[in-house]
Amino acid sequence: MGLKKHNGKRPSVLAIHLILISWSLVVLFPLWTMLVNSIKPKREIFRHPFGIPDEITFEGYRHAWTGANFDIYFRNSIFVTVVSLLLILVLGSLAAYAMANWRSRTSNLVYLFFIAGLMVPIRLGTINIFQMIIAMGLAGSIFSLIPIYVAMGLPIATFVLTTFIRELPHEIFDAARVDGASEWRIYWTIILPLVRPALATVAIFDLIPIWNDIWFPLIFNLADNHRTVAIGVSLLFGQYQTNWTRVLSALSLSAVPILILYLLMSKQFIKGLTAGAVKG
Amino acid sequence: MAGVRLEKIEKTYPNGFKAVHGIDLDIRDGEFMVLVGPSGCAKSTTLRMVAGLEEISGGKVLIGDRLVNDVEPKDRDIAMVFQNYALYPHMTVYKNMSWVLKLKKKPADEIDRRVRQAADILGLTDMLDRKPKQLSGGQMQRVAVGRAIVRSPKVFLFDEPLSNLDAKLRVQMRVEISRLHTKLKNTMIYVTHDQVEAMTMGDRICVMELGRIKQVDTPTNLYRYPANTFVAGFIGSPSMNIVSARLNFDGDTCYVDSQNLHLRIPDDIGKKVRQYDGKAIYFGIRPEHIHARETNPEAADNFFNMEVSVVENMGNEVYLYFTPGNSQYIARIDPDIPVRSGDSHEMWLDTNYIHLFDGETKENLIYKPKTQ
Repeated sequence: MGLKKHNGKRPSVLAIHLILISWSLVVLFPLWTMLVNSIKPKREIFRHPFGIPDEITFEGYRHAWTGANFDIYFRNSIFVTVVSLLLILVLGSLAAYAMANWRSRTSNLVYLFFIAGLMVPIRLGTINIFQMIIAMGLAGSIFSLIPIYVAMGLPIATFVLTTFIRELPHEIFDAARVDGASEWRIYWTIILPLVRPALATVAIFDLIPIWNDIWFPLIFNLADNHRTVAIGVSLLFGQYQTNWTRVLSALSLSAVPILILYLLMSKQFIKGLTAGAVKG
Repeated sequence: MAGVRLEKIEKTYPNGFKAVHGIDLDIRDGEFMVLVGPSGCAKSTTLRMVAGLEEISGGKVLIGDRLVNDVEPKDRDIAMVFQNYALYPHMTVYKNMSWVLKLKKKPADEIDRRVRQAADILGLTDMLDRKPKQLSGGQMQRVAVGRAIVRSPKVFLFDEPLSNLDAKLRVQMRVEISRLHTKLKNTMIYVTHDQVEAMTMGDRICVMELGRIKQVDTPTNLYRYPANTFVAGFIGSPSMNIVSARLNFDGDTCYVDSQNLHLRIPDDIGKKVRQYDGKAIYFGIRPEHIHARETNPEAADNFFNMEVSVVENMGNEVYLYFTPGNSQYIARIDPDIPVRSGDSHEMWLDTNYIHLFDGETKENLIYKPKTQ
């Protein structure tokens, strides 16, 4: 899109495609390695790790699906991720609307507080968080993860959404107020539809760290039927030997929901990233 | 319908900046009142206080006879049109216009009737299913006006609604809004920085500067009898020539002397400024009252030879710029009179139309402005 604006010398289309293709290869290579090795028997993985398999086996997938409670792990991961994301989006957009709309000293301070969350890794507070979780009686439960993930995701959500809402013409809200809409109505009917691209961006940003997180589930020592996929995969690593076929199969499976979400939301995601670049 | 009354309206921002200094303004029922002034004169702030979008720091706002200081915008029975249209981008034209009625919980058939009626008035019937993005600027502003019409408010508020349109469209929309006012006969308050809009649309115009009203009157009266140098310079295009000078009386005859000019003032005007003999003043004369000498060969005095620095040909008229010393005069003359830049040309100033302003207060010395 941006390229069209250059009327003078522009880099040749070929060069751009070359760069993009080689970048795609770099990105796709690990994915390929994971997928192709997940259907090779163990010995073949070490013989030629990057080649097409001579012999195809779905043993890894079969094991992942039936053997090691992965169905439960998946359900847990999806539950935690979806609930956390929903909470992040709802709370984040409400906070963002408030901070974008009422500019005052207090709201700036609150905003700064949220931004600080972007800079301080939440893991620094692990021990205190763990104590809080125990105090709340959530230890060992899947529910212990949700407040952590919401706290982890809110800074980026409020940051992106506040910026986004601040860029919307303020007169729209004034017009809605004159039209007789309540603040809640404005949020629901005007803000939410308009920030949808930003919501998608935030969702994808927060999705991956939550889905892949291994730190908190590991520390919180979740009961077996409360474990997430990431923990499940880590259990497949043996102390002395590892069944790589199974590990890679489990990893491949765990990437599927993310990939599906990405494909579904990529259009909105790109819109969210480029919003503001083009004045509408 | 109702008039709007502002009594000693003030606006002070939390940081202490005082934007509006006690404005009194009485807008009659059904009147088209234009608030005009340069940017920073607080005309928009004043309008937003009427709308209820800006808190009122002091004074009273009355719509009809009702004090609305603490009334929510939606309960003030007003409709507002914004400079950047402020349409809801994700709603169709129909939804943009019907939303306000839906919020008021009107029955569906009434909503439909009123939206279609407004669309009909504004020529939007074919666009009801489009999104704002698919409309041109003029169409978007028409939708914004439509959104205001459907609710048939007591008062329409316009905040520079034409500023984002290109020049040609602006003229067209100007006429449309004027026509709308004739048709609906609602009270309308219209904010603009463009004195042409103000002159052409307003029943009365309120000229503002730095949070104060400088004059309120009909367009004709503002043009003919500006209360002070600010209004004199602001209304009219090209603007009035205003030059610092000194009043001198020779017997009963009054003269205005500036750097380059020695003007005899007609006796009926001179009589009114007798007490300013010898004082510093400003005199003002509109470009159309500086004529080429040949249009009035009989003139006995008040003509001067000046070098023309720039000639601007508008087709129907020609603007001549003179820059004697460090002052500048603009004259508006007949295009048939041959003048080229660099020429010296003899010009005649028609002092029957001269304006005299106090050297300090800059108030008009000849006319007392009507109080509203």
